[in-house]
Amino acid sequence: MAKSHKPVVWFPFAAGGTVIAFFIPVIVVLTFMAALGHIPPGLSYEKMHAFASNGLGKLIIFGVVALSLWSSAHRLRCTFYDFGVRADTLVAIVLYVAAIAGSLLSAVYLLQI
Amino acid sequence: MTQMKERLVQLEVLRYNPDTDTEAHFQRYEVTCYEEGVVLDALNKIKADIDPTLNFRWSCHMAVCGSCGMMINGEPKLSCHTFLREYEGVIRVEPLTHFPIERDLVTAPDDFMEKLKRVKPYIIPKEDKPISEGEYKQTPAQLMKFRQYSMCINCMLCYAACPQYGLTPEFIGPAALTMAHRYNQDSRDGGRKERQEVVATHEGVWECTFVGACSEVCPAHVDPASALQQMKITSSIDWIVEHMIPGGKK
Repeated sequence: MAKSHKPVVWFPFAAGGTVIAFFIPVIVVLTFMAALGHIPPGLSYEKMHAFASNGLGKLIIFGVVALSLWSSAHRLRCTFYDFGVRADTLVAIVLYVAAIAGSLLSAVYLLQI
Repeated sequence: MTQMKERLVQLEVLRYNPDTDTEAHFQRYEVTCYEEGVVLDALNKIKADIDPTLNFRWSCHMAVCGSCGMMINGEPKLSCHTFLREYEGVIRVEPLTHFPIERDLVTAPDDFMEKLKRVKPYIIPKEDKPISEGEYKQTPAQLMKFRQYSMCINCMLCYAACPQYGLTPEFIGPAALTMAHRYNQDSRDGGRKERQEVVATHEGVWECTFVGACSEVCPAHVDPASALQQMKITSSIDWIVEHMIPGGKK
């Protein structure tokens, strides 16, 4: 039996899982707070804009978005598999393409800031 | 001592006799058991008093031997460890799912035994040293790295719980892979590279999608899911070393 190449998709999935666990709940809470008009002073539009204008800031935002998307895509692929959908290649292509497209879009938007 | 309370227990047991039956069928039994009893007690009472033809495996009656695993109301459980008082109404008892039925509640464990062998579940010494040099010493910290994973009693409940094993029978599966991890983590062992030939394949850890049902049903609290996730990390690091670092060994 040959060794699997699964680490190519699994490593970013694991990294994304960690990112999701640490960042996404905070981002969701902050988004709701902002929507209700309670914006913490450190997270004002000007400060966030400055953060996204900075090269390192762009990289961090891109990392969070791309890894979370990849992780979610892979998780969804596994869920399809667990439910017995045996069209793994098709499912994988659709979900991974969606994750890559989302990541590219975020990169495009970040580079425009 | 106070009198132990008794209760009437209704069991619906899957029966299959390969000599006479073309299909398995359920048979209903009613038996009086102690309130504090377990499902295995009820089965033993049925065999003793009602139907001596009923077949099931058991040995220790104390969750150590791992032979009395069966599906109880659809969940893989040790029947010696499943209390009757936790159930109301008819209790449905079936053989462990994902394994071929031999007779009644007895299943054939051959597939698991063959897979267990393939992961080399024994110490492959790092270096051979003569007996005169004494024992291989281990610190408590080194012991703690694998102790939990050595608690497996080979009851195969994790295989019955794993949806991946049900869908892909080639999957090496939770208990056998956990045994590989147990020896990989042992400071006296040097066999990880050999085991990787099985562990790092598609049928090895990569068939696992981390459902986690194996760890939920494990009566020995081995937590096979954690062993498999740890092996995914080490297998991924291996992959990076092999493919992305120049001079990394194949």
